[in-house]
Amino acid sequence: MSNVESVTQAEAPAADPAAAGAGGSEKPRSLAGDAWNDLKRNWIFWAASVLVVLVVMMAAFPGLFTSADPEYCSLSRQHAGPSGGAIFGYNFQGCDVYARTIYGARNSVLIGLFATIISGAIGLIIGMAAGYFGGWVDALLARGIDIVLGIPTLLAAIVLARRLSDSEDSGFWPVVITLGVLTWTTGARIMRSSVISAKSQDYVAAARMLGAGHARLMFRHILPNAAAPFVVVLTLLLGANIATEATLTFLGVGLRGNAISWGIDISTAAPYVREAAAPLVWPSVFLAATVLAFIMLGDAIRDAFDPRLR
Amino acid sequence: MLDSQRTWEMFRYFVRRVLQGVLTFFGATFIVYALMFANQTDPLQTLAGERPLPENVRQALTERYHLDDPFIVQYGHYMRGLLTGDFGISLTNRSIKEMMEQAWPVTVRLALLAIVIAVLISVTSGIISGIRRGGPFDTVTLIITLILLALPIVVLAPLAQLFFGVQLKWFPATAGADPGVYQLLLPAAVLATLVMATEIRVTRASVAENLRSDYVRTARAKGLSKRRVIGVHVLRNSLIPVITLIGLDLGNLMAGAIVTEGVFNIPGVGFNLFRGIRTEDGPLVVGFVSILVIVFIVVNLVVDLLYAVLDPRIRYE
Repeated sequence: MSNVESVTQAEAPAADPAAAGAGGSEKPRSLAGDAWNDLKRNWIFWAASVLVVLVVMMAAFPGLFTSADPEYCSLSRQHAGPSGGAIFGYNFQGCDVYARTIYGARNSVLIGLFATIISGAIGLIIGMAAGYFGGWVDALLARGIDIVLGIPTLLAAIVLARRLSDSEDSGFWPVVITLGVLTWTTGARIMRSSVISAKSQDYVAAARMLGAGHARLMFRHILPNAAAPFVVVLTLLLGANIATEATLTFLGVGLRGNAISWGIDISTAAPYVREAAAPLVWPSVFLAATVLAFIMLGDAIRDAFDPRLR
Repeated sequence: MLDSQRTWEMFRYFVRRVLQGVLTFFGATFIVYALMFANQTDPLQTLAGERPLPENVRQALTERYHLDDPFIVQYGHYMRGLLTGDFGISLTNRSIKEMMEQAWPVTVRLALLAIVIAVLISVTSGIISGIRRGGPFDTVTLIITLILLALPIVVLAPLAQLFFGVQLKWFPATAGADPGVYQLLLPAAVLATLVMATEIRVTRASVAENLRSDYVRTARAKGLSKRRVIGVHVLRNSLIPVITLIGLDLGNLMAGAIVTEGVFNIPGVGFNLFRGIRTEDGPLVVGFVSILVIVFIVVNLVVDLLYAVLDPRIRYE
């Protein structure tokens, strides 16, 4: 295998002087390089990236954004207006809405991330196996994907999250597992179809003839060339998972109790909208902006990798 | 000759698709049932709550709910209930079938209204953006669809209630029992946004594609007015994918209805489910979810078959 790599490496410097000699400083670009060139000029990509970085900062270091304690609540300031550091005012329990909104980012981001990792892993394995082996493996797995696709996600999530959670904990892992095992189908389908188109390429045949085994063929040769659409799906899924988590929490089968989360804050503020709107509006805005950021990011990357869509 | 071959192909596709639907039905109900009841520690104690359960009552209940049978037999009993229309009794001792019968018409009214709103808006704006691609209307529409895609219904429903119901007072903030069209308008619009973004994008893409096609060039070449070309030829062919989407979106609509009906107090299927989840009414949740899953599978089957009839270009594979 190593001699194939050394051949391509040996070729590269030889090609470079030729290009330079022709007077153009432009190197031949790869698909990823092309996509990156596109992305650099796309304002949606930059706006989404800035938002994502902000939200991740909030999740990692909430202390940077507020010095207030989100768990310190006092009924004496129930529904009080903005004051000092509490720029969004106080909620029904007299907690600082701004601090709770900032601290709420962590649960959303972590649940979205872990759930997407689980569903990405399931989708990768199933899609790769179905696409690579074909035949009866594919037939079996494709039917399995169809069945899971036939179940409305939120309905199944309600049943599963209820089933997994026991009332003692905060409900973090049950939500992660629920989302992970119910949302892998899109990724698996995309993976399957891109593996099918990648495995018939010449370089795969060449690697096979050089004696590469199944695992090496799958993960060293096919995967890197089939990964782009899969990554896009996962980015979009991350946004969708964050939204679904908030929905489950809002319905009462997601995060619970003392957990600080946008879903909980929306659901507790909703009955009191007539008295105070801010405790409902701000977590909603942050949640929508986070989901929007991931969806815009996925959209921009997909457009860059698939010029046909433009 | 060709016609009979086509009919045969179509028949085979129908059989295959129906078989797949049946398979999905059993697979999906099995998963839902397994998720709900497998490895339950002690359902009878859960039913009784804090009170101790006398041994003879325990025995009677175990027999009544077939708890001693192996899992697969229990699933058989559950399936028989589903197929004969016996969906069990909620913890509040009401027949789930009766609750469903009362709630169903309200939700259907809400969903139909939502679909009408979504189709009207998305077809109109999809066609305009498709014709003037890259224009200001198109750009604005694309940004709006992006935002719509990102707004979860838990954000949209309470905010719409706050702005249009409580602050501006354009619509009633909550709908009561047996709500009319006016009361359902705001919740239906909220529900419509769930599916509108995709419908706009699909309409736009298929209008743009159809405008470049040969039959449109032919229609133009023989001197038809632009209005007729777009209004008759392009429109009809662009609507096919939108119709399929409506079927696929049904799952989204049902999921959205749970939150929307909960927020706006609409006594439909979603509201009952919403309340069932909040009051931890297990049998109600399972009964309602099972029914909704069946509806979803059946509607998807019907839409797929309709699609095959509507669009003769579809390949039966």
